[in-house]
Amino acid sequence: MTSTTRSNAKMTATPATRVLGVLAIAATALMAVLGLFISPADVIQGEAVRMLYLHVPSIWIAYGAFVLTSVSSILFLRARKRREDQGRHYDRLAGSAAEVGVVFTGITLITGMLWGKVTWGTYWQWDARLTTTILLFVTYLGYLALRRLPADPMVRSQRAAVMALISFINVPIVHYSVDWWRTLHQKASLSVGRRPEITGEMYWTLLYSTLAVTIVATWLMIHRYRVIRLEELRDEEALAALISSRLKNDDGSN
Amino acid sequence: MLAETLLVARKDLRVEWRAKVALGQVAPLALLILVVLAFALDANSSLLELGAGGLYWVAVLYGGTLLIQRSFDVETDDGNMDAFRMSAIGAPSLFLGKSLALFVQIGLLELVLGSGIALLYNVRVTDWVLLFVAAVAGTVAFSVCGVLWGVMSAGLRVRATLLPLLLVPVLAPILLAGSRAFETALGVRADAGWTWASLMFVIAAIHTAIGLGAFGFLLEEG
Amino acid sequence: MSAVVEFEKVVAVAGSFPVLTGLDLRVAQGEVVLLRGENGAGKTSFLRSCAGLISVSSGDAHVLGFDMRVDRRAPRRYIGLLGHENNLYRDLWVREHVEFRAAAVGAAESDTDAALLRVGVPKQLWSVPIGSLSAGQRRKVAIASLVVGRPRLWLLDEPHASLDSESRENLDVILAEASQLGATIIFASHESPPTNGIASRVITMGGGRVLEDSGAS
Repeated sequence: MTSTTRSNAKMTATPATRVLGVLAIAATALMAVLGLFISPADVIQGEAVRMLYLHVPSIWIAYGAFVLTSVSSILFLRARKRREDQGRHYDRLAGSAAEVGVVFTGITLITGMLWGKVTWGTYWQWDARLTTTILLFVTYLGYLALRRLPADPMVRSQRAAVMALISFINVPIVHYSVDWWRTLHQKASLSVGRRPEITGEMYWTLLYSTLAVTIVATWLMIHRYRVIRLEELRDEEALAALISSRLKNDDGSN
Repeated sequence: MLAETLLVARKDLRVEWRAKVALGQVAPLALLILVVLAFALDANSSLLELGAGGLYWVAVLYGGTLLIQRSFDVETDDGNMDAFRMSAIGAPSLFLGKSLALFVQIGLLELVLGSGIALLYNVRVTDWVLLFVAAVAGTVAFSVCGVLWGVMSAGLRVRATLLPLLLVPVLAPILLAGSRAFETALGVRADAGWTWASLMFVIAAIHTAIGLGAFGFLLEEG
Repeated sequence: MSAVVEFEKVVAVAGSFPVLTGLDLRVAQGEVVLLRGENGAGKTSFLRSCAGLISVSSGDAHVLGFDMRVDRRAPRRYIGLLGHENNLYRDLWVREHVEFRAAAVGAAESDTDAALLRVGVPKQLWSVPIGSLSAGQRRKVAIASLVVGRPRLWLLDEPHASLDSESRENLDVILAEASQLGATIIFASHESPPTNGIASRVITMGGGRVLEDSGAS
């Protein structure tokens, strides 16, 4: 996936990602045009429905990134003894996916809150989706915090991988329990659960927006992955230099 | 393995017995939280009665987190983690032993809190069996999750803030389920309290399974 | 005589620092080896990699016949490690702590009395919380916790630290006795020559490897 192999590389761009980046910009521009101008306003919600073109793809990306983090973590744990690089490829993948996931979960929450203010008159509702999303956000943050801890890199990656694994099982539990909790306490705000009817142009705009957001997210992930790779390379080279300098010191001084 | 588990649990409980941190410091503190919550809610007795189930579990969450931290402080103090790693006791037994000890400590905390709630919040219990089962389920889940996540942040200097950050999202569904189960048992709501209680057992079972498998290499430092 | 420790060009990394940089060493059973060297020479790291607490990144490392690159936890039950810290539960009474350590390695609880007497911890201290003991007494309790397990390989890091001269001599006798019973002892010490007495071999370390070896086996 990466062609950056030297730690003194100034950028993480390659011809392929440059093309992807241009595509991402173009796709986003088209998404803005479609979403803001060409697609119609909703009968019930008016202009506010346009927020959904960003909000819905974002949460899909966030979920996808989360699944990717969890699956990579499982693969990492299995690959530690088998692969030559001790599975570090999967660990990097997990880390970059998680960061992208956090960003898009944040976007989901913010766009959701703004949409809620316009349509319901309030920034927040304790419905199943919002509550689960904010818990997902905090879980991601905890995972990223765990990844940044000063510790032996392998140990840190292992602990993060176990956390991702447990969270993978936990988040559905949270979702199920919160969902059940809120359906039991359905109050007057019936509009909370209902999605707007998506037909015609709105449907295609939404689909296209998903594609555009996916391209952007992929571009971000590739670059984040490469940055992690470069950081590791730099640490490896520093370590090798330390080892050879210690080996040269015959009198035992540091 | 049972003998080793009991050995570890007994050691943890004996440390607690000598140091009296749970009974002497954490329980009074959690009790104070109950009092302070009443202040915050303006001692509105119908509100307190309605919210007692949830407020109880918030206090347990607070006290429980302190107890989990304490449980691992004991192990990281004086390099004890090394002895842990070097011992002939298998990692699964270490995991279960610490969980068992935490279960007892959190259980005692809950007895204190339960009495506090009963006296201060004007509650009446309509279903003692459900109350007891839900309390046990929640306590088991808390203990197992606490040990599993505690070891992940053990030995790190920022543990004091990291552990709650990791722990609370995990304990959130337990808090949710426990509160709803208690509300049913206290006759405040007619909910499916038993389903909530079984959810907590499921959470506990999942974490126990993962803990038994992963505790060994989570203990290692490098 | 079988080799208890066999390290060949071992490189070990802790965090991102190379603590062992190509260490070669072979220790046979029954030897009493003294490790010397400046601070940062790698003595502690060597002891910890023998215990499997630090992983070996390259080279060949065998302890008590186990390959440390395959499973570094395997030899631990036969090893007694005494580090800079004492690994004591400060809230427990002396006797309770040593009893726990004894039970943890499968020793009989009656062995704890013998171990405590052997290291010179008087009976009146047995029901005292460890936290209220002096540094020297705590060190002795830590040694007792190790003695009670009767390990095959003793790894000691500055074991004489905080002990008075009488206790130091006593420790030397304990080590000599253990060695005669077949245990292998490797200890790091900054002590001046008198401690050499029990060591059959002195190894000087520096920069993460062996610089001098008074008696290669």
